[in-house]
Amino acid sequence: MATQHSRSAARIMMAPAVILLLGWMLVPLTMTVLFSFKKYLPLRGGDLGWVGFDNYIRFFSSSAFWPSVQVTLVIVGGVLAITVVFGVLLALLLDQPMWGQGIVRILVIAPFFVMPTVSALVWKNMFMDPVNGLFAHLWKFFGAEPLSWLSEASMQSIILIVSWQWLPFATLILLTAIQSLDSEQLEASEMDGASPLARFIYIILPHLGRAITVVVLIQTIFLLSIFAEIYVTTQGAFGTRTLTYLIFQRVLESQNVGLGSAGGVYAIILANIVAAFLMRIVGKNLDS
Amino acid sequence: MGRITLDKVTKSFGTAQVIPPLDLTIEDGEFTVFVGPSGCGKSTLLRLIAGLEDVSSGQIRIDGEDATMTPPAKRGLSMVFQSYALYPHMSVRKNIAFPMRMAKMPQEEQDRRIEAAAKALNLTDYLERRPGQLSGGQRQRVAIGRAIVREPSAFLFDEPLSNLDAALRVGMRMEISELHKKLATTMIYVTHDQVEAMTMADKIVVLRAGYVEQVGSPLDLYRAPRNLFVAGFIGSPKMNFIEGPEAAKYDAHTIGVRPEHISISADEGPWSGVVGVSEHLGSDTFFHIHDTGLAETITVRADGEVSFHHGDRVHLTPRTDVIHRFDTAGLRINQ
Repeated sequence: MATQHSRSAARIMMAPAVILLLGWMLVPLTMTVLFSFKKYLPLRGGDLGWVGFDNYIRFFSSSAFWPSVQVTLVIVGGVLAITVVFGVLLALLLDQPMWGQGIVRILVIAPFFVMPTVSALVWKNMFMDPVNGLFAHLWKFFGAEPLSWLSEASMQSIILIVSWQWLPFATLILLTAIQSLDSEQLEASEMDGASPLARFIYIILPHLGRAITVVVLIQTIFLLSIFAEIYVTTQGAFGTRTLTYLIFQRVLESQNVGLGSAGGVYAIILANIVAAFLMRIVGKNLDS
Repeated sequence: MGRITLDKVTKSFGTAQVIPPLDLTIEDGEFTVFVGPSGCGKSTLLRLIAGLEDVSSGQIRIDGEDATMTPPAKRGLSMVFQSYALYPHMSVRKNIAFPMRMAKMPQEEQDRRIEAAAKALNLTDYLERRPGQLSGGQRQRVAIGRAIVREPSAFLFDEPLSNLDAALRVGMRMEISELHKKLATTMIYVTHDQVEAMTMADKIVVLRAGYVEQVGSPLDLYRAPRNLFVAGFIGSPKMNFIEGPEAAKYDAHTIGVRPEHISISADEGPWSGVVGVSEHLGSDTFFHIHDTGLAETITVRADGEVSFHHGDRVHLTPRTDVIHRFDTAGLRINQ
């Protein structure tokens, strides 16, 4: 890769992919930015001309804005905490030699293959339905009043559904990381007098640092934009309106493309702030 | 103190018995080397002593106390692993401190021991580095440092030098021997390299397929190998084995003559053959002689200045006083 010739050849070879990706990203991004400076109401007159920063100011000063940011961050944080903690524990469990290991591993990973819409529907109708749901039956079996999950504990329910979907991903990544731990290190620490808990804290957890970082970063990217789970269950009611959902409502329900686009730009900024924080906190694990 | 006794110890993995009943005593302060070809059970034996594997039956006693069921950390033994098994995310200092930290030793005592170990092992300048930033030899020393600070009753080494290059290996061999002289602690050392065994050991245990073939000092094993396996394993280059009528002259089924006990000359000697490959080491020359009618090749050690060429016909004279005789079962016949 050192000669002038091979370097320019490499550039030409990569160009199609780079151009395609850039186009894929840049065209929607430019259009979003463009629309955000316009009053654009498709069903009420169409393109009504440039309005400067009006859309930004309206979106920002709307009473729905800050709660939606908060909801987004709570869902992301909650799901991250649950998937990382239980992911580590499940990975430890699955790493133990046991009968039927292959089947158990496939079953554990299965939720990841279920589409978000489908899984949210299954949760909503089969588990969380206050009349016919499995949880309602369970509650009644113990003589308790069934909970109407999605209205009384809406945030917890959504976090539960999304965590269920993402736990397999975290478990899978962490399991492969645990399997790559040199068994002599564990034996050495055992000789050094480390208890099982100390071995976990001083040997296994630091070894998992990088894998946890990857899990957190990848999941954050996807969790900031969760939509289907909310659309199918609460439709943004009961304090579950995320920023993504707010934008959807502005664009499709209020038919205000300009206002929604301004929200989209805010979402980009929020994602960057979160990413910067995460890189600051966990990014150092990616070094060395 | 560190007297380790194995009493009818066996180990099976499933139905495969890796260690048949085995008795062995390692005296306090002794440098014992387990040597044998790969797969002979020497590492398993070491892991049984360490407590990393459970024995299938039998008893392990350390200083007279039954330690068969004692967890590894409570046996008072330190182990140096083949891969060094350093903790990659901890600095050298923390690596060395780890066993003391686990034992909740006071900080001043920890620091004192770390300084002492670092000084003894030339690691003082590297204490704040991570294992990843060290060379193989330095990592090896960190692993030894981590073993020393616990002041164990015995050290266990599992092929510690096999990942080092040849020059470094010789250096570390000396350092470990030096350490043993200084600490006078029991050391058990596993290797497949008979040179390491010969140069370091007070006592060598030759193992094959889990069986102890012979136990003794390096020179005992060299002078009086108990059977063909030990005779072939100890000594470099390998002993020459001759069967047939030549062996019958000595009332044996097989006779063994070491390369260093044969002299080579151009014109006189009872055996003759054609020079094949000759290896010039400077100090010595090893000739591989073919077509002797005795064995496929006979290896001869000669002085570095002796020179024969490929295809030369030469004559060999064995030293009859140091010929080893073996019977049909491969066991030594004493003179």
